[in-house]
Amino acid sequence: MNAAAEILVPGRAGQGEALVLTAPISFWGGVDPKTGRIADVRHPQHGEVIAGRVLFLPGTIGSSSASAVLMELAHNGRAPAALVLHEPDAILLLGLIVAREMGWQTPMAVRLGRGAFDGYRGSLVKVAKDGALTVAA
Amino acid sequence: MSLLLSPEEQATAAGQDGAAMAMRIVAESARLLSAPRLIPIASAHIDGALYHGDSGTLFAERLVEGGASVAVRSTLNVGALDLMGCSRIRLEEPQRGMARRMMEAYRKLGCEQSWTCAPYQAGHRPQQGSDVAWGESNAVVFCNSVLGARTNRYGDFLDIACAIIGRAPDYGLHHPENRRARLVFDVSALSPSFLASEIAWPVLGSLYGREAGNTIGVVTGVANHPGEDALKAFGAAAASSGAVGLFHIAGVTPEAPDVETILGGARPEAVIRVTPEMATKARAGLSTAVSAATIHAVAIGSPHLSLAEFDALERLIAGRRLKVPLYACTGRHALADLEQDGRRKSLETSGVIIVADTCVVVTPIMPDLAGGVLMTNSGKFAHYAPGNTGYSVLYASLADCVESAVAGRPLFTDIAA
Repeated sequence: MNAAAEILVPGRAGQGEALVLTAPISFWGGVDPKTGRIADVRHPQHGEVIAGRVLFLPGTIGSSSASAVLMELAHNGRAPAALVLHEPDAILLLGLIVAREMGWQTPMAVRLGRGAFDGYRGSLVKVAKDGALTVAA
Repeated sequence: MSLLLSPEEQATAAGQDGAAMAMRIVAESARLLSAPRLIPIASAHIDGALYHGDSGTLFAERLVEGGASVAVRSTLNVGALDLMGCSRIRLEEPQRGMARRMMEAYRKLGCEQSWTCAPYQAGHRPQQGSDVAWGESNAVVFCNSVLGARTNRYGDFLDIACAIIGRAPDYGLHHPENRRARLVFDVSALSPSFLASEIAWPVLGSLYGREAGNTIGVVTGVANHPGEDALKAFGAAAASSGAVGLFHIAGVTPEAPDVETILGGARPEAVIRVTPEMATKARAGLSTAVSAATIHAVAIGSPHLSLAEFDALERLIAGRRLKVPLYACTGRHALADLEQDGRRKSLETSGVIIVADTCVVVTPIMPDLAGGVLMTNSGKFAHYAPGNTGYSVLYASLADCVESAVAGRPLFTDIAA
C-alpha cells in the first residue's frame, strides 16, 4: 500500500495509526480543539481521537471555523500526524496555512483518491516529506 | 493554471507587516484552489473573532501589531462574550481574557462591532452580483442565495485576510457559470400545511444539506415566498448538515426566476423527490433525546433572532411565566429595538434569557448538566448542541418550544409532512 500523494500544504513528515473516517465531518462542533477527540455524537467515529493519527478525510461539512479548530490543534500539539484528503478543502487547510505563517509546526496535508482510503485502515502509515505514503510493517 | 499576482500584490506579499501576512495567506489559499488571480471585493463578514483557543487570538494580535486594517466594510460574526451584558458567560480566566483580547484585536483592525451571525438583518446587505468575502456558514449561504451577492465559503482567517487586502481568490461561486443548479430538490409532494409551517424550513434544510452536500440545487414546488426568516432557517440547517454555500428556490430566490433558467437549459444531474416519509425522518433526525420526559432549557436564535421572530416569541408566551429558561440569542441590532419599548424587560420577567453578541452553542452559557435536555426550533442548534454543550436535543416548532418551556416538559403538536 505505497502511494505517491500530491502535497496540498507542506509541513512536517509524519507517522501514525491510520484513522479512516467513514463520513464527512465538521471540525467545529465535531472535534474538540483541546484534545482532538471526535465530539459529534452523530458521527460514526464519535469518540476516536485524531491527534497523532494519519487522518483520512472523505470530506468536510458545516462550519467555516474548521480552520480555527485545526490551527488550535496544531498550536496545542494535538493535530493529526498528517491529513489525507480526496480534494483540497479550502476551509480546513487554511488552519495549516495560517499556522505556518505564524511559525508553528504543522502536519502535512496530501491528496489521495478516496477509493484508496480503505486499504490503510488500521495500519501504521508514514507520510514522507515528498508526499509518499507507506505502510510500516 | 497557476496563480498570477499583480506587481502590486507581489510587493505587498514581500513585506514584513500585517498586510503582507494577509496577502500571503490569500495567495496561498488561491494556489490551493487553483485560482488564476485575485479579484476585488466589496465587503467582508468575519467569522474569525470567536475564541476557540489562544492560537486565534495570537493571529489577530499579530495582524494588529503589523499595522493591518480592513480595506472594505467588514462586519463581525459572534464572539465568545456577551459584551452587552445581557447574559452571564461561564468562560473562566485565562480563556475569558484571551477571548476579550481577540474581540478587541478585531475591533482594532477596523471591523464593525456587529457581533452577529445574521449581519444581513443588521444592515449589511451587499448588492446582487457583487463579489464579497463572507465567513460563517449560514451568512455565506444567505448572502449567496437570498441576496444574490457572490462569495465562497470563506473559512476563519481567510475572511479577515481578504478584508485587509480587499481581494479574494477568483474561483468557485464568484463565477456566474458555477452558480447554476445541477440538482432538483422537489418538495411538491409535501402537504401545503407542512410547507406553510415554521418547522418545514429547518427540517427541509437539514435534509437538503445531507442530500446535496456541496452540489448546488434548486428547490421546486414552493408556491409562495416563505419569508426571509424561513430562508434563513433553511440555509443555516443546510449549511450544518452539508457543505452548502448556495441554494436556489424556483420563483423565490433572485437568481432563479424559474427552474429552467437556473438549470441553464441543462438537464439536472439528479432529481430528489422529497416524500412525506423523508421529511418525517429528517425531522426525527434533528432530535437526539426522543424519549425525554423533561426538558432543562429551550434555546432559539441560530441564526440570531430578528425582530419579527421576537414578535412571534412574545405572542406565544403571552405574558406567562416559563418553568425552564428560554435562551433567546440575538445581535445588538435587534436588542436596541427591544430595549426601546420595554419589551426586553417583559420577556425577561417571563423567564427569557436574552443572549447578545454570542450564542449558547459557541460559548459556555447553559449550566453543565449531565443528561441535560435542550429543546430548540433551530436546525443549526439541533445539529451542534450535542457536541458543543453536552445536552441532548429535542427539535420542535417555536410554539411547541414555548409551550414546553411553560410546562417544563416536552409537548409536541403533530404537523404531518
